[in-house]
Amino acid sequence: MTDTGFDVAGLKASHRPVSEFRYEKRPVVAGYNDRTLYVNVGDGRIAEKPVSADTRAKFTGGKGYGLKLLWDAVTPATKWNDPENEVNIATGPVGGNTNYPGSGKSIVVSISPTTGIPIDCNVGGYFGPFLKFSGFDALELQGRAERDVIVYIDGDEGVVKIFEAPGEAVDSHVLAEQMVAMFARDENDRQHISSVSAGSGAENSLIGCLNFSFYDKRRKVARLKQAGRGGIGTVFRDKKIKAVVVKYSSLDVTSNNPADLAKLQETGLKLHREIIELDDQQCRMREIGTAHLTEIMNEYDLLPTCNYKFGSSPDAEGINSHAFSAIVTHGLPDGCWYGCTMACAKAADGFELATGPYKGHKVTVDGPEYETVAGCGANIGVFDPRVVLELNFYCDTYGIDTISFGTSTAFIMECWENGILDSDRTGGLEITWGNGPAALELLHRIGRGEGFGLVAGLGVRRMKAYFAEHYGADPKFLQDIGCECKGLEYSQYVSKESLAQQGGYSMALKGPQHDEAWLIFMDMVNNRIPTFEDKAEALYYFPMFRTWFGLQGLCKLPWNDIEPADNASTDEPAKVPEHVDNYLAIYKAVTGNDLDREGLIRQSARVYNFQKVFCIRMGKGRRIDDLPPYRMVGPVTVEEYESRADRYDKQLREQVGVDPSGMDTPAKIAALRAYREDRYEKLQDAVYKRKGWTREGIPTIETLQDLGIDYPEVVEVVKPLL
Amino acid sequence: MITVNGSPHPWHDGMTVRKILEEKRYTFPLLVVRIDGRLVPRSDYGETTVPDGADVDVMHLMSGG
Ligand code: SF4
Repeated sequence: MTDTGFDVAGLKASHRPVSEFRYEKRPVVAGYNDRTLYVNVGDGRIAEKPVSADTRAKFTGGKGYGLKLLWDAVTPATKWNDPENEVNIATGPVGGNTNYPGSGKSIVVSISPTTGIPIDCNVGGYFGPFLKFSGFDALELQGRAERDVIVYIDGDEGVVKIFEAPGEAVDSHVLAEQMVAMFARDENDRQHISSVSAGSGAENSLIGCLNFSFYDKRRKVARLKQAGRGGIGTVFRDKKIKAVVVKYSSLDVTSNNPADLAKLQETGLKLHREIIELDDQQCRMREIGTAHLTEIMNEYDLLPTCNYKFGSSPDAEGINSHAFSAIVTHGLPDGCWYGCTMACAKAADGFELATGPYKGHKVTVDGPEYETVAGCGANIGVFDPRVVLELNFYCDTYGIDTISFGTSTAFIMECWENGILDSDRTGGLEITWGNGPAALELLHRIGRGEGFGLVAGLGVRRMKAYFAEHYGADPKFLQDIGCECKGLEYSQYVSKESLAQQGGYSMALKGPQHDEAWLIFMDMVNNRIPTFEDKAEALYYFPMFRTWFGLQGLCKLPWNDIEPADNASTDEPAKVPEHVDNYLAIYKAVTGNDLDREGLIRQSARVYNFQKVFCIRMGKGRRIDDLPPYRMVGPVTVEEYESRADRYDKQLREQVGVDPSGMDTPAKIAALRAYREDRYEKLQDAVYKRKGWTREGIPTIETLQDLGIDYPEVVEVVKPLL
Repeated sequence: MITVNGSPHPWHDGMTVRKILEEKRYTFPLLVVRIDGRLVPRSDYGETTVPDGADVDVMHLMSGG
């Protein structure tokens, strides 16, 4: 053993080279390399590919590049575990600059194990920027190795290697440290290493995530950010990839070679000042990160509690931001990329684990993010912050998505409550509301691929089918309470009182994640978008605007989790116009190209519609695929209705035009349901029309032509459906 | 009676913007408040009184993930 705690020499001695590729190092020009890296772990091929002028013009970068490469790699028949499926990682032209906060994101795409369509995740850590500065705008991982491999990209030397790696750990918190110890020359060199890895849970479930590392030189630990949604970690482990590692040692403000560095610095400085002056009075992102949302969501009846039955709990104080603020370490610059003054990537240090294979170890837990607090806390009835942190840690190191784990466990608990599950069926686990130890043990069984853990790891959609087939459960009830759409588990907001958010969730291309649109306040509280057309306009603008972050390699948070002091006096404060103008300015400063607000939306609309057609090509993307489970639309059970009876009775009287007096609760539920489901259908009509799609949700030829993406193979997909 | 975000809300003498936010339990930090179309700076919430019959708009800016 060495002083790093790992027998690095022994691990290296067990490596067996598979292939090696040398490339010419070239500087980035105005945010672009105009080449991508192809790695096939099945046959050992490594190659560089030029990016055509048309691809650059139409797909911009980031998610656009990832999707285009994926489209070219797969066929309509490709399944997630076919070798031709890919895991593609890209940053965009603006990504990697160290001047403007939130500029270090990687975007990962793949065909998802749970949905069968393209999934995309936006993730922090240093990998994407280091990949770009090593010479590539995107990385394509294809094939399936026979034995575990590591892919190593040495951006200092211009070498890419694949080697078999039998000895390294699988779980990410160990593996990320091993990679740093293995590839860094000395302590100072550790910050130049970033790895992508999954974990044992990703091998044994369909809800695997990827961990992107960044070395925290103050804590002296390799920290992890997650590409969580849709099971990309599962694809990664199916390919028998243990880790992809990049090394790049020459980072400075000119690495992205911007066209106008002075303008980029000036725009960044303005936002740095704003964050430092105003964050304490606004969202406290620098103190506690997104976990500041927990008490707010609880106050507005939006915090999912007991499988989204309720939106608040009197016990939520136990997991509010103050509870976690007392545990996480303060005073450290917690940016997940250089230059991010928002510094919201919080961590709890020296956290002693109480369960599992690492019991007794003192570890650094990254987070918790709001989604984890809600999903692994309130939604499963757990209000103990230490249980939430332990679930957070093990999900990450096992490579399991905290959101899907939380929503799946909440579904299991409600199935238990309704007699669908019992301890015989769960292998002795009492998976009941609030049982933190049982939730942890379930997670360990997913990690080990053991017993009921194998069932839970299938995700909600497959569990519905399993419980109906094996336990005779009512498929309709399971459909109503199982919170997934397209096969992806919902993220952690109650959408019952916001029709716009119901649409924002279930019409999201990849499945119900809130990163396309979060409209609950605008709709439910502000009452700003009352008509179907208003809601459709919001469901056009915000998904298009937010897609742009994924094209550029940007983080969404510095857009609207901080606002300029005079934002309130602007025409459209919800859009944060000054920050939108900042984005146009930094885009020009990096690329040298002009962009106006309309042009920004068009850049996104091209990729958004391409992704929509891609979903259709893979067999989804139709109107029927955008239908939410009723739990996300309204009250399913008597208990749920009666918990907010005043609200629902009032709605029956004032909106539905029905007198609830004299009706029993099931009759009231039915009347409200008919009304709400009808309104959802009307919203679908309005949104599809606004997006230039048919009533069935298919982009028209005119829409594709207008956006310049009417490639023959794209038109071929939609034509039979028009 | 006043209107807050389109819904009726009981008015009382000396009612300030801060009091409305408390009564409505509007705890979100990023708010834009307008009384009859006139913007109220955040620093004035405690002192600005709201007249009976006012149309109060409390816009919550989006946040979340
Ligand atoms: S705002 Fe937070 S998540 Fe976004 S880049 Fe900065 S530190 Fe990372």
